[in-house]
Amino acid sequence: MGAMPPASGAPSAGRRSSEKGSPTAAAAVRPAQFTTISGRAVERLYTPQDVAGLEYARDLNDPGGFPYTRGIHPTGYRGKLWTMRQFAGFGTPEDTNARYKELLRNGGTGLSVAFDLPTLMGRDPDHPLSLGEVGKCGVSIASLADMETLFEGISLADITTSMTINSPASMIFAMYLVVAERQGADWRRISGTIQNDILKEFIAQKEYIYPPRPSMRLITDVFSYCAREVPRWNTISVSGYHIREAGATALQELAFTLRDGIEYVQYGVDAGLDVDEFVPRISFFFNAHSDFFEEIAKYRAARRIWARVMQERFYARDERSLKLRFHSQTAGVSLTAQQPYNNVVRTALQALSAVLGGTQSLHTNSLDEALALPTSEAVTIALRTQQIIAHESGVANVADPLGGSYFVEKLTSDMEREALGVFRTIDDMGGMVAAIEQGYPQKEVAESAYLLQQAIERRDKIIVGVNDFIAESEEPVPTLYIDEAASERQLAKLETVRRERDNDRVRRALDALRDVGGGSGNTMEPILEAVRAYATVGEMCDALRDVWGEYEEVPVV
Amino acid sequence: MHKIRVVIAKPGLDGHDRGAKVIARALRDAGMEVIYTGLRQTPEQVVAAALQEDADVIGLSILSGAHTKICPRVMELVRQHGLDDVLVVVGGIIPDLDVPRLESIGIKGIFRPGSAMKDIVEFIEQNVRTQAEI
Repeated sequence: MGAMPPASGAPSAGRRSSEKGSPTAAAAVRPAQFTTISGRAVERLYTPQDVAGLEYARDLNDPGGFPYTRGIHPTGYRGKLWTMRQFAGFGTPEDTNARYKELLRNGGTGLSVAFDLPTLMGRDPDHPLSLGEVGKCGVSIASLADMETLFEGISLADITTSMTINSPASMIFAMYLVVAERQGADWRRISGTIQNDILKEFIAQKEYIYPPRPSMRLITDVFSYCAREVPRWNTISVSGYHIREAGATALQELAFTLRDGIEYVQYGVDAGLDVDEFVPRISFFFNAHSDFFEEIAKYRAARRIWARVMQERFYARDERSLKLRFHSQTAGVSLTAQQPYNNVVRTALQALSAVLGGTQSLHTNSLDEALALPTSEAVTIALRTQQIIAHESGVANVADPLGGSYFVEKLTSDMEREALGVFRTIDDMGGMVAAIEQGYPQKEVAESAYLLQQAIERRDKIIVGVNDFIAESEEPVPTLYIDEAASERQLAKLETVRRERDNDRVRRALDALRDVGGGSGNTMEPILEAVRAYATVGEMCDALRDVWGEYEEVPVV
Repeated sequence: MHKIRVVIAKPGLDGHDRGAKVIARALRDAGMEVIYTGLRQTPEQVVAAALQEDADVIGLSILSGAHTKICPRVMELVRQHGLDDVLVVVGGIIPDLDVPRLESIGIKGIFRPGSAMKDIVEFIEQNVRTQAEI
């Protein structure tokens, strides 16, 4: 697999093993290819000469000190453990509400909402494209009525909630705010995260609605609204997770994600915002994939790059603008349908890399997710995996325990340098929006995905249970099955909402939203009014489709 | 002898197209003519593409669970348009429970996570209608 990855991902393939270490050490080696899962060549041994250019105060520093390579908190995890945040959602709001209460009872410390595809795509359950999709990959939320049910009995003043929502992020966030308001929670005190990252949708996950430029406006509107009204809310989670899942290498994930972050900051600045007013609320979301040290280096490089870019490119002064905070999730794409119990081990190793890399919050995947949405038992094992790392392994006692490792520091520096090279390529194209319009990151990711699949089939990369160590016969594991009942209940509820609400108020609110969308002003205000009137996600998104149109990508194969 | 013509489609709302694209390239590299429809095609659009392209094979990529509704609709349209000899295969997250249901409506190949590209190529070569002509 020495040929992968292409262009931006090209590692400097050093073959210097024989020059280093004791003369005898270069002798017998297995005929394997010593590369990471991203195709990066690694040496047999790393020595002080690999880190000779590093200056501690300038490049590493203690945890909590610029450029935060070793972490953003001086106390590491001694002050606070990472948030164990399990992404969950399926069926009706009632089904998911019960799962949330169970997660909180089991010691989960934050919620994370998975929405179904109609919600993610801004379609109501009764839209023709919603056929067969309602409640399948997440919870179905059509109107404020569903959001009220989703958080029934859960105090939004006391928990933080992450919501994986992008194209209709403003609408879903507005629903959350109204539920909080009706519970009596103070908007200035509540906290949580909306993903709200449209660029990675164009690059990887493809849940876009509008063309890139009006989509970016929705996001900067949230930045400025929250700076004023919901100051503790994380307005965006710039996500590499999906880019990696779509096939990117670790370097491509790192570089594209941070370059997306730069694009959002630039758009915010161009919209007239002060950097230190909105950048502190930007957070990141990375994949925790299988190559242990490469992942740790990726997180450390990300912090150093962000701190330097915010200072040098945007002149940020507030320390909080410089500190990259991130959520991580173990790699769904690494889970195998074969011998699914092995996935517990994969997930534990991946989670450990995220913790050693200094993650602020973590989701661990469940063993059965290559087969279906997870069962409650599988989710509990996934959560217990984090608790074992936190409380039994001892790794959370020391901040950045791998700092100073010749290997980890060399990898960190290499990834930083290579990512900056990718930034230059994208800058030359006119920025990330322009690069996306030219199909650049999409092509790079598709190429890496194909090269890895070929490497697996050649058995250059071994996936246990898939292309080696295959079991003769396997007992099936129990899986969650979501039938059509949720869809029927959601359709009935939608009909009730449409019948019982004040439809004149809805119409006025949607007209106002359309006017602001087609003109100027912050879209959050009319969206909040539409939400209070029980307008549906589909109706609100349609109002903006009327003025902005829909994006259609040219498929790249 | 003509090249095997394959329509690869991603019906439904899901945008996770890694698998569809990898398979499209693998089939093309194996010498087949591949038409990738792009995202979010309705069953009607998929079958129309198969008709228009004179496809020998329809490959559906579905990861969201919507196969329970989409596959029966595609097969119904395939029959209506007299495309009974077109080989229909599905790839994605398909629960055990649904496999016999999909087979019973005429889906010949079901490829779940971990399937090798070469196995999919071989399956198509061995089951496609044009085999007799080769």
